[in-house]
Amino acid sequence: MDVPVIELSGVEKRFGPVEVLKGVNLRAYPGKVTALVGDNGAGKSTLVKGLAGVQPYDAGEVRFAGEIVHLHTPREASALGIEVVYQDLALCENLDIVQNMFLGREETSGGTLDEGVMERQASETLQSLSVRTVKSVRQKVSSLSGGQRQTVAIARSVLKKAKVVILDEPTAALGVAQTEQVLNLVRRLADSGVAVIIISHNLVDVFAVADYISVLYLGQMVAELATKDTNNDDVVGYITGSKTYEGSVA
Amino acid sequence: MSTTASTPPPVIGSGHEGGVRDQIVNYFRTVRQGEMGALPAIGGFVVLLVLFSFLSSNFFTPLNLANLLTQTATLMMLAMALVFVILLGEIDLSAGVTSGVTASVFVVLVHNVQMNWILALLIAFAVGLAIGTFIGFFVARVGIPSFVVTLGLFLGFQGLQLLIIGTGGAYRIETPEISAIMNKNLPILWGWIFLAVAIAVDLGISLWDRARRKRAGVINRPITLMWIRVGVLAVGGALFVALMSVDRAAGRGTLNGVPIAHDVIEGVPIVVPIALVLLWAGTFILDRTRYGRHLYAVGGNGEAARRAGIKVAAIRMSAFMVCSTLAVVAGLFDASRIGVVTASSGSQIVLSGVAAAVVGGVSLFGGRGRLIHAAIGALVIAVIANGLGLLGLPAGVNFLVTGGVLILAATVDAISRKRSGGTLVR
Repeated sequence: MDVPVIELSGVEKRFGPVEVLKGVNLRAYPGKVTALVGDNGAGKSTLVKGLAGVQPYDAGEVRFAGEIVHLHTPREASALGIEVVYQDLALCENLDIVQNMFLGREETSGGTLDEGVMERQASETLQSLSVRTVKSVRQKVSSLSGGQRQTVAIARSVLKKAKVVILDEPTAALGVAQTEQVLNLVRRLADSGVAVIIISHNLVDVFAVADYISVLYLGQMVAELATKDTNNDDVVGYITGSKTYEGSVA
Repeated sequence: MSTTASTPPPVIGSGHEGGVRDQIVNYFRTVRQGEMGALPAIGGFVVLLVLFSFLSSNFFTPLNLANLLTQTATLMMLAMALVFVILLGEIDLSAGVTSGVTASVFVVLVHNVQMNWILALLIAFAVGLAIGTFIGFFVARVGIPSFVVTLGLFLGFQGLQLLIIGTGGAYRIETPEISAIMNKNLPILWGWIFLAVAIAVDLGISLWDRARRKRAGVINRPITLMWIRVGVLAVGGALFVALMSVDRAAGRGTLNGVPIAHDVIEGVPIVVPIALVLLWAGTFILDRTRYGRHLYAVGGNGEAARRAGIKVAAIRMSAFMVCSTLAVVAGLFDASRIGVVTASSGSQIVLSGVAAAVVGGVSLFGGRGRLIHAAIGALVIAVIANGLGLLGLPAGVNFLVTGGVLILAATVDAISRKRSGGTLVR
C-alpha cells in the first residue's frame, strides 16, 4: 500500500451550534482516484473547503506527505500543491483558455505579460492530458461547451504540478459523451501521479473511475472501501445510513 | 477513447497559425461569432464622415476636423476614464462633476491663492485621486453599489463646486500652458516627429513581441500582417498630419479679391498627442500587465478572480482611483477649451461619457471593452453634434440622433452577446 499524500484525522468543523464534521478521517494516494460520496448535507463540501484553505477546520490533523500542515488560506493550500476544481468551475468567460489557466499566476518578463510562455505551457498541459476537444488555446471560454470548460478547469489545476486535485461534481452538468471525456481525463490525471479526490453523486461514474470510495454520513466517515471489494448496493447502504461498516481500507 | 502511446499528441492551435489569408478568415469568423469589438462604431464613424462630407461643404475641411478633435477630446478622456470602472460592471456617475470640482480647485488655487500652476495642477490631481479612493472605499470595502455612492457624489459635488466657485461665478483660465492644450498647435515639424516616434514605438513593441513569442517556442502571425498594420498607421497618420499642416485660417474671406490678413493656424492641436499618449499608456496597462488582466478577470467573474488569488477589493478600488484621476484630465481639457470654469462645469457630461463607451462597444455588464472603443465612441458622438451643427439643425435633433445611436449600439451589443453565447465552437 502506498503512503497517502494527504491524510486527515479527526477533523472537526462546526458552524455555531451545527456540528458539520465530527472527527473525519480521509486519505488520498498519489496516482489513485479517491471518491468522496455522501448524501446532501453529509459534509462533503465543508470537508473540501477545509482542504482548500477556504474554511479552516476547527480541530483535527492534516498531514501532507507525512508532515503536519495548517491550511488557513487558499494560498497555503495552493503552495503545497492542493488544487480544487469547484462545481461552478470559476472561469472568466471573457478571457481565453490561456488567460484562465494562468489567472492569478501570470508569467511576466520585463514587467509585462509573457503571452508566449503562457501559451506554450497551456498547450503542453492540455496535450499531456491528451485533450482533443479544444481547437485553439486562444478561444474565449464563452465559446466552450460544458465539457470543454471542465477540461480547462482541470488543466488549470494541474498546470503548476499539483499533487492533490479535488474535483467537485465534475460530471454533474454534462451529457453522456462529455461525461465519458471528463472521466477519461480524471483517469489520465491520476495516472500521471496526482492524487485525485472526486466528489460525486453519480455512483456509476464513481465505480467507473475511482480506486477507493470514502462515504460520509452526517459528518462522519462511515466507510473507506477499495472499489474492487465493494458494490453499488453496499455503497448506497452506507450513504443512506441503512448499513454500517467497521474497519478501514485493507 | 483510450489513449495509447502510439497515438500522436493532439495538436492544439493558438489562432496564430497559417498565412495572411487564414488569419483574415479567422478574424471574420470571430466577428461572426459576436466578437465585434469596435467594428460597428468604426463603421458608423466612417458612414457619418462620408454623409456629412456630402451634406456640408464645410465639414471635411482642416479647420472643422481640427475643431472636431478639440470638441471630442474632453468626452474622449471622460469615456476612457469610465472604461476602467465599466470594465468591472460598475459605474461612476460622479466622473463629470469630479472633473468640474478638480478644475475648480485648480483655477481657484491659481487665481485666489496665486499658487504656482504646476503645484495647483498636482493638487487637482491629488484631489481627483482622493475622490476615487473615497468612492472605491465605499464600493469595495463597505459594499455600497457604485451607482448609489457616485449618485450621492454627483449631487453633493455640484454643491461643493458651487461653494468653491461661488454662485453664478466664473473663473477665466489665465494659465497659458492650460489654454494651449486646446487652443494652440504643435509646430509642423513636431507633428511629424510625434508621428515618427509613434510608428517607431509601435514597430518596436511588435518586433519585441514576436521575438519573445519565438523564444517561447510558439507560432507568430505572418509578419506581413504586422507590416500592413504599421503601414496603415503610417499612411493614416501622415495623411492626418499633412491635413493639419495646412493653414486652416486661409481662405476664410476676401476683400476685393484680396485675402484678408489673418493669423496662421496650422499644426496638430496639442491636445491630440496628449490624448493619444494617455490612450496608448492605458491600453498598454490593460493589455500587457497583470493588473490589466486582473481588471478584466474581476469584471468577467469576480468569484473566479477571488479564487485565483486576485485581491478583488483592491482591484475595484484602484479602478475608481484611475477613473477619477483621468477625470481630472477631462476637466482640464474642458476648462482649456471653454476658457472658463463655472459652477456647473462638468455636470452635464458624464452620461455622454457612458454613452460614448457603450457606442464604442464597451459592455456595461463588465469584462468586455477597450480604451480605443471609448475613444471611437466619443468620436461618433462628437461627429454627430459637429455635423448636425454645420447643417444648422436645432440642438434637439442632435440629442435625438445621439440617443438613437446609443440604443442602436446597445442593440448590436445585445445581439452579438446572444450570438456568442448561443453558438458553440465550430
